[in-house]
Amino acid sequence: MLAFKLALKNLIGAGLRTWLNVFVLSLALFMIVFQSGIIEGWNRQAKADMIDWEVGGGEYWHELYDPYDPLTLNDGHAVLPTEISQLCMDGQAVPVLVTQASVYPEGRMRNILLKGIDQSQNIIKMQTADLKNDSSTINAMIGTRMANATKLKTNDLVTVRWRDANGTFDATEIRIAGIFHTNVPSIDNNQIWVSLDNLQRMTGMDDQATYIILKQGITSTPTVPGWIYKGYDILFKELDTIIKAKGVGGIVVYIILLSLALLAVFDTQVLSIFRREKEIGTYVALGMTRWQVVWLFTIEGAMHSILSVIAAAVWGTPILYMVAKKGFGMPKGIEGYGLTIAEKIFPYYAAGTIITMTLIILITTTIVSFIPSRKIAGMKPTEALRGKVQ
Amino acid sequence: MKTFFSLLIICLTTSLFSQPSGKEIINLIDKNLSAKTRIASARMIINGARGSRTIEFKTWAEGEDKSFTEYTNPAREKGTKMLKLEDKLWIFSPSTDRIIQITGQMLRQSVMGSDLSYEDMMEDADLTSHYSASVTGSDTLQNRKCWILQLNALAEGEAYQVRKIWVDQERYVPLREELFAKSGKLLKRTQLSEVEKIQGRWFPMKIVYKDMLKQGDGTQFVFETLSLDELIPENIFSKASLK
Repeated sequence: MLAFKLALKNLIGAGLRTWLNVFVLSLALFMIVFQSGIIEGWNRQAKADMIDWEVGGGEYWHELYDPYDPLTLNDGHAVLPTEISQLCMDGQAVPVLVTQASVYPEGRMRNILLKGIDQSQNIIKMQTADLKNDSSTINAMIGTRMANATKLKTNDLVTVRWRDANGTFDATEIRIAGIFHTNVPSIDNNQIWVSLDNLQRMTGMDDQATYIILKQGITSTPTVPGWIYKGYDILFKELDTIIKAKGVGGIVVYIILLSLALLAVFDTQVLSIFRREKEIGTYVALGMTRWQVVWLFTIEGAMHSILSVIAAAVWGTPILYMVAKKGFGMPKGIEGYGLTIAEKIFPYYAAGTIITMTLIILITTTIVSFIPSRKIAGMKPTEALRGKVQ
Repeated sequence: MKTFFSLLIICLTTSLFSQPSGKEIINLIDKNLSAKTRIASARMIINGARGSRTIEFKTWAEGEDKSFTEYTNPAREKGTKMLKLEDKLWIFSPSTDRIIQITGQMLRQSVMGSDLSYEDMMEDADLTSHYSASVTGSDTLQNRKCWILQLNALAEGEAYQVRKIWVDQERYVPLREELFAKSGKLLKRTQLSEVEKIQGRWFPMKIVYKDMLKQGDGTQFVFETLSLDELIPENIFSKASLK
């Protein structure tokens, strides 16, 4: 206890030098907590958005369908099996049919995916009621990314060309009945949504679908021949990979920040031992063993981290709280990156991360304080008393 | 009155006998245009919304299923080669030094920004076995009298269910073709001109393709040289010839 009291007194006595170290360490801790909070917040928001807008409670894919291989769209569709049809009729699932097509906004050809979805569905957030036809023109919906890319606006008419199930070209004009905004680019980029019955009629693929979105909370996912159930582990795989990559990038930043802060503590320790040789000799002359003096100096250095945790809590908590409440704005144009990311990220500060990072800082600061302090153990007290550099 | 009707019947029957049936006309077109093999040097002039560019190439084709094309100019495209075997297409790009296979839906992509898709470019299906034809009228194009033919696909699965062709009444060469979607919307128009006699056949040396849904003035094909029914070594149509 004496060592702690003495260390604290010495630290406070060192004045500005101590507070600079404490501030740099607290800044490192703050940045680490903030960055990991942003990444975790993004992860949680993105998954919630994907569940709301795209994947619901999981999906059944036609066994030949692969969203990353457009060639599979030719054969990756079939008539809904009875088990899934029943789910759709009960409002527990919604079928989606996908085909390749070309759209010609302002006379420029753009290859797109034409997707058909039941207009009365409430499984995903898209306001598909807008797809209901009020005239002979087919109503369609696009996302804001697609609208920006094609310069299409609500009520615009645009020509779409596609091939039917037999490979014959067909074309018609469709009306943009609505433009939706979503954080999920995979249902927006280069896609046009029409009602399922319209697309089935257009392509001659009656009662067929490419994949089926299940309602959130569905627990029973029976095996259906010809269809493969895809759970969150598969559907979030791409996002998880991105988040993991970002996490690794974050660790590099943490290491750099922490190294800079620890370097300052290390330098301070070296300087302290160099300047306080007489003091060290006095401690030994008064009866302390050399290792007790090493312990004293190590605690002194380690207390930087304790003070920095307190400082980070004092000045960092209000900032972290405010950002968590108001959100952290992403740069403009982030929509175009093809990532599921909100315009504002609300950080999520996991207690586990904060505790882990605090412990890491405490341990590493103690280690870097101990390393230069070991020199004391090799000192001759008489020489130290005389202030002779050893 | 009796004399008038007699004259009318004579006129009509004379007219009917002088006009060949649609089937006869497309038979004659196929006979004229479909060759066992074709070797050609040509220029493709792509007139897009942002200006035009010219690409030169040499092509070897055998029947409907085999074709090999090598781009020779400009420098950026030089050395690019395409091989089509049945419904498969491979492209070799010298800049990447890789052979890429393009199949299925990707065959419907535009060739180098032109108005043609890969499958349009390589389509050489004879009309007789795929379409029924009926003469719907006559017209004059390029100062030549033409029959107007409507072609309806014999089976489902043809890229275009309905085609309309303007056929030179003397040479049996199409001078214009229009391709329609199932809905009846005009999708593509082809103008054929500069008809020359090559190895006893009348052949259009300039073809202008226009995707009617796109902006721009279409894509021109101008044949510099063309030889028909020449023997092409089998190794031309192999993947080894791509590199």
